[in-house]
Amino acid sequence: MKKMTSAAVGAALMTSVSLPTMAMAEDLTLCWAAWDPANALVELSKEFEAQSGHSMNFEFIPWPNFADRMLNELNSGGKLCDLLIGDSQWIGGGAENGHYVKLNDFFDAEGISMDDFAPATVYAYSTWPKGTPNYYALPAMGDANGWFYRKDWFADADIQAAYKEATGEDLREPQSQREMLQIAQFFQGREIDGKTVYGASIFTERGSEGITMGVTSALYPWGFKYENTPGSYDMEGAVNSAEAVEALEFYKEFYETATPPGYTNSYMGESLDAFKSGQVAMAMNWFAFFPGLYADPNTGGDKIDFFVNPPQNQAGSTLGGQGISVVAYSDKQDAALEYIKWFANPEVQAKWWELGGYSAHNSVLNDPGFKDSAPFAGDFLDAMGAVQDFWQEPAYAELLLAMQKRIHDYVVADQGTAQEALDKLIEDWTEVFEDEGKL
Amino acid sequence: MTDTIANRAAKATPQKVARKIKGLSDRAIAWIFVAPTIFLLLAINIFPLIWTIQLSFTNYKANRLNREPEFIGLRNYERILTDSDIWLNMQATAHFLFWTIALQVLIGFTLAWLINKKFKGNDLWTTIIVLPMMLSPAVVGNFWKFLYQPQIGLFNYIVAFFTGKDPSSFEMLGSVQLAPWSIVIVDTWMWTPFVMLICLAGLRSIPDYIYEAAEVDRASKLRQFFTITIPMVLPFLMLAVLFRGIENFKMFDLVVQLTGGGPGSTTELTSINLKREAFEKWRTGYASAYAIILFVTVFGLASIYVKALNKVKER
Repeated sequence: MKKMTSAAVGAALMTSVSLPTMAMAEDLTLCWAAWDPANALVELSKEFEAQSGHSMNFEFIPWPNFADRMLNELNSGGKLCDLLIGDSQWIGGGAENGHYVKLNDFFDAEGISMDDFAPATVYAYSTWPKGTPNYYALPAMGDANGWFYRKDWFADADIQAAYKEATGEDLREPQSQREMLQIAQFFQGREIDGKTVYGASIFTERGSEGITMGVTSALYPWGFKYENTPGSYDMEGAVNSAEAVEALEFYKEFYETATPPGYTNSYMGESLDAFKSGQVAMAMNWFAFFPGLYADPNTGGDKIDFFVNPPQNQAGSTLGGQGISVVAYSDKQDAALEYIKWFANPEVQAKWWELGGYSAHNSVLNDPGFKDSAPFAGDFLDAMGAVQDFWQEPAYAELLLAMQKRIHDYVVADQGTAQEALDKLIEDWTEVFEDEGKL
Repeated sequence: MTDTIANRAAKATPQKVARKIKGLSDRAIAWIFVAPTIFLLLAINIFPLIWTIQLSFTNYKANRLNREPEFIGLRNYERILTDSDIWLNMQATAHFLFWTIALQVLIGFTLAWLINKKFKGNDLWTTIIVLPMMLSPAVVGNFWKFLYQPQIGLFNYIVAFFTGKDPSSFEMLGSVQLAPWSIVIVDTWMWTPFVMLICLAGLRSIPDYIYEAAEVDRASKLRQFFTITIPMVLPFLMLAVLFRGIENFKMFDLVVQLTGGGPGSTTELTSINLKREAFEKWRTGYASAYAIILFVTVFGLASIYVKALNKVKER
């Protein structure tokens, strides 16, 4: 699948990665979410263990509990994690509350340049305050919300003819959000191979971040902005703009007319289940899952293809992904920094991509063979070129939970209007920023 | 000297200890024995309560240790009591409390009354009925989630069988109208056996001679039920209501597993909302005020209820 040969990468690794000889071997613990890329990282880290003499332990937490568990750990000054691959939104809190070690001096001393990483990932995963050259993480895992679909159904002549008859258009990878909805509605309740199938699985989860990550995939292409002027916290007219209202109404229509019954609280796992069980024609999920989906014996291979979140008024994808940070409460910071130095090496980054991780290193992304190295690689590049992230403020959890509530109330519970939901969201967010002393 | 227990205990006490205790009054010895318990009570109950009250007047956030908390007076209380969303949570909690208790008392008492009749397999049926309350709420929540699944869930198929509706035409957990009832059904399924056991204890405590005397007086079965059975079981029933009321007021695990508080905030009970405020948003001061309001509410209602219970017992 990926054309960079492992032998070449391995040889380069052995010859080019030089780590200082350690006086003492440490037991390092790296904390992350429990998902496919985490398994790839375990495999990748074996090289580090062999070279450094340190041993690596891993603490992987299921996604729904990841933020709760890790933020509790950081807030209590816990020493469980020496290294943490934390969500991009935690960077503000990690920096301001002193949970993460500032890495500028270390990067300077070791010759690690942030110019070697994709600018969007450096901005999102590493810097606080946003966009300033103050680094608290190394971009570890690039990610965005994308889509995948049943290529075999889309290629079926009968289905194509039925679609043409129903819509007057050709069935193809959607080029806009509206076209995607039209395709999803076409598949909704259709009989395929004697089974009723549905349009698409989208994120509607209430408890953690699900519906926010889903709805922003509609909001961003419509041109949604958090503030009129970045850094001003001036949200009136931005968060509740006419475009934002239209996008929110679109997401509700999508939920009501093109998703399987019972998907009222679905996130990553449910999306994967819906697709793998042959229930849906399309599904949204993070690019991180795409290697596993492509390898699936039942619905992968020739039966699947991928596309970037379609544009509407503009291109826009919801940012996922994480940076790797050294936890300030760790007693093994030197060894942890050693891991980061090793991880930043271009050869290690190449192998990271090869194993199923999404490198953010320019040497990998700009490689001429990258686009063809996986069926979703080109889409990944497109997505990363137009990503937008949620607030990364220290109070991000309050901001996120407010949005979860307002969006779920409107989209799933059918309460109020889109305009009211966004107006109330501004009230909630204003209260948070007032409490924070920023308004 | 007669060989009483006290004398034997005195003889068994080592001389050294006996000498030390000799100079102490009975009251002092009593305090020595009670002190550890009082200390624990103060440390894990009273002190946290006082600290929570103090925090409730501040804007303290437990995840912002480098920020000094400010005294903000009654602002947190004012915010909570004027927040319409919180009142919706209260309404959801009241709906859940009222219906779970009503159904559990009704079904629990009926089951106890039936089980109390002597019949073959009585013990086996009792064991089968109490099985749900032996399960973990997290497990119950998870498997009921599957039962409620519109496409493959057994519950939907059973309803569809009796009503002729399409099983996937309604969503127990995803519908604003049905979700509050879906959690009531699961809690009732799980905890009715508990109420049944308490009622059964009440029924079995009624002496047979009272019914025999009623038979002699030619009282009908219905009359016996309303003038003997109900009044004598009432204290037990009231106790069951108290236990279930306190438990369900702080209901968290089962509902989080089933609905996560959704759809929207339809099943977001106060305990779920409080947990979000305290440990997800980290608004510690605000959450402390919230907790105090809930504590006062439960304590007040429970006190009134216990007084009523005592009056019923005295009759």
